[in-house]
Amino acid sequence: METKDIIKPENLVYGKSELLIDTIMHYCPGCTHGVVHKLIAEAIGEMGIQEKTIGIAPVGCSVFAYNYIDIDWQEAAHGRAPAVATGVVRLNPDKFVFTYQGDGDLASIGAAEIIHACNRGENMLVIFINNGIYGMTGGQMAPTTIENMVTSTTPCGRDSELNGYPLKMTDLVAQLPGTSYVTRQSAQTAAAVRKCKRALKKGIQNVLDKKGTSFVEVISTCNSGWKMTPVQANKWMEENMFPYYPLGDLKDSEKGEPVSKN
Amino acid sequence: MIMTEEMIIAGFGGQGVLSMGKILAYSGIMEDKEVTWFPSYGPEMRGGTANVTVIVSDNRISSPVLHEFDTAIILNQQSMDKFEKAVKPGGTLLYDPNGIVKPPVRKDINIYRIEGTKAAIEMGNPKVFNMVVLGSFLKVKPILKLDNVEKGLEKSLPERYHKLIPLNLEAIQKGQEIVETVQTVEVEV
Amino acid sequence: MGELRLMKGNEVLAEAAIRCGCDGYFGYPITPQSEVMETLMERQPWNETGMVVLQAESEVAAINMVYGAAGSGKKVMTSSSSPGISLMSEGISYIAGAELPCLVVNVQRGGPGLGTIQPSQADYSQAVKGGGHGDYKMIVLAPSSVQEMNDFVDLAFELAFKYRNPSMILADGAIGQMMEKVELSDYKERWSDEEVIEKSGSWATTGKPSSRERNVVTSLELDSLKMEENNNRFQEKYRRMEAEEQRYEAIQCDDAEYIFVAFGTSARVCQKAVEIAREKGVKVGLLRPITLFPFPKTIIGELAKDVKGFLSVEMSAGQMVEDVKQAVFDAGIIRPVAFFGRMGGIIPTPGEVVEALEQKLLKEKR
Repeated sequence: METKDIIKPENLVYGKSELLIDTIMHYCPGCTHGVVHKLIAEAIGEMGIQEKTIGIAPVGCSVFAYNYIDIDWQEAAHGRAPAVATGVVRLNPDKFVFTYQGDGDLASIGAAEIIHACNRGENMLVIFINNGIYGMTGGQMAPTTIENMVTSTTPCGRDSELNGYPLKMTDLVAQLPGTSYVTRQSAQTAAAVRKCKRALKKGIQNVLDKKGTSFVEVISTCNSGWKMTPVQANKWMEENMFPYYPLGDLKDSEKGEPVSKN
Repeated sequence: MIMTEEMIIAGFGGQGVLSMGKILAYSGIMEDKEVTWFPSYGPEMRGGTANVTVIVSDNRISSPVLHEFDTAIILNQQSMDKFEKAVKPGGTLLYDPNGIVKPPVRKDINIYRIEGTKAAIEMGNPKVFNMVVLGSFLKVKPILKLDNVEKGLEKSLPERYHKLIPLNLEAIQKGQEIVETVQTVEVEV
Repeated sequence: MGELRLMKGNEVLAEAAIRCGCDGYFGYPITPQSEVMETLMERQPWNETGMVVLQAESEVAAINMVYGAAGSGKKVMTSSSSPGISLMSEGISYIAGAELPCLVVNVQRGGPGLGTIQPSQADYSQAVKGGGHGDYKMIVLAPSSVQEMNDFVDLAFELAFKYRNPSMILADGAIGQMMEKVELSDYKERWSDEEVIEKSGSWATTGKPSSRERNVVTSLELDSLKMEENNNRFQEKYRRMEAEEQRYEAIQCDDAEYIFVAFGTSARVCQKAVEIAREKGVKVGLLRPITLFPFPKTIIGELAKDVKGFLSVEMSAGQMVEDVKQAVFDAGIIRPVAFFGRMGGIIPTPGEVVEALEQKLLKEKR
């Protein structure tokens, strides 16, 4: 059998989402952002909501998210994506609005905005990429940096006495009545990627059903910031971050009782 | 003759100083006059002193903020200390002696006394105090027709209080009756 | 003729917003402008026109909500007072950088810091020079009466959309708290979603149909050459505003030997000062800038030819006076430009203004 006989529509097992733009991504090889971008593009495409979707990009590595997914985007100031999204969704209640934020953006400078948006139950999806570090500015400590983790501003490891404790934003927002679906996912294996996509789609569906805020955290790697190979980074994440940030649903209003894993 | 009346009403918060000014201003509008109402604002509103500058004029009003007045209506001692000196020579000062320990001493202004607190209590409703004082002022300075004051009341009071308008008009009438002349001076503008 | 009412400047801002077809208001309480949001909440325009009103968690959030909503092509506004505007300045810079139309109202109070809640004009430079980072300008309108608090809301939106740029109404605590007779505007319909797409669909985040490229609202451009191009475009737009939008009121300037230059509450005080000075036999006029940016420098240059001097009267340490001097200088004329002001929440009296004129300009000349 020759190659041309294999490349046929009926043999297609995987296709790149049409919403994923042919721009070379600026992310480092091994970075989780690229995977999550792909999942978002696929989810929006499969659910047929490109025309009603507005994404809010953050400040951080994913500041250029708008270069990769073919929807209308608005770029927010550092930490303000939930407020920007509030403005959009309040005046355009039939649109699907989501924010895409890193841990520095969401958990540090934007802590007030995310808490209040979730507390008001703004009808939006929050996608929270938590890699425990400031990637874009060169690997400084984030609020989510785990204890003893070395960063460029904690060269001897994070000391909670000095720097405070790693902030579990997802656990915090799960307590708020405004959130309907709060989950913590990862994307380091094929199985994790499939689960993560299901979570994103569920979050999107909740927004389309006007159920308030859905919040999907993705525990992620930053191999260049962590100064590891992608494979090492995945292993380090599993061994060090998952115990502190356990995966799974923290709240699902469909299932009634909010669940706390900790 | 072109009329401009620049006045300050000053007393405690809760005496109805601001709403009295508002009724005057609304009455002015009913008479096709230009008006401004500029209050003191901020924490002092809450229980402390309150004052409002009201200007009613046939002409476009320039400064809404003034340092001297044609008329001062003074309802507590702090305001007396502050505003007695701000009355223009030949101008008018009305005061309620209740709570005033140092009555006005100027010789170059018209002074009138209103036993407004007493009258309002006698009428069975201390809240109409400000309308008694308004009545006295309009007696001394009939710058607006009483019909228009009634219309001003209608406009400035929320509809649910309209049943109180007769009582307010009665208080205005009372104020006209009880105002006492302390002194008048011979300076005509 | 529209409806006549006696209202506070702050209340009128709210009423005018509803009537001009504003889609949304996002704000945070601060004295002396809290009546704006209070009036809106009392009026519940969402039942009447569909206008959205939301109390944000901070001024920072409020301006970013405005940024988001403006990005979707809607007519949105916020209001605050001086310390709150400082917090909003970052967001205003983003809005200017992303070229979005919106309205920001500053009912100024005295500073610096927490300062005082009494009226001030000390945010002039912040407003007209760009209070946030980067080279940007807002269209700045300065109302000096409650009527203008009504009229300028619609005008500010019109100019904001004409230039795709933030507009500011720069009022002060006196104009906000004062009641005057006001003729309210007639109601205008809010734009439908179809009209928004028609007007702003080429840039706004209205949702990407297959018929057009995606719209990205951003102020970011890491390629310096392109960023300079963006800046050139902004500057060209600001020059166009300077050429087309200078607004002012000239009061008794025709025969004047001296000119007061004052805006907002100071202009009202100066109007009285003109009367007093003229009674004393001094021919004084008042030039009241209505747009602070673009500053009405053309008329000041023209007046400079015929007058003996200017007195800039402000409730600040002297900010606008620099622009008056520049306008006279640009006209190639040498004339004294003096300044008089009060600070800390004090409104100068007309008497003080006349005295300042006598001391700073008349003494030297006579």
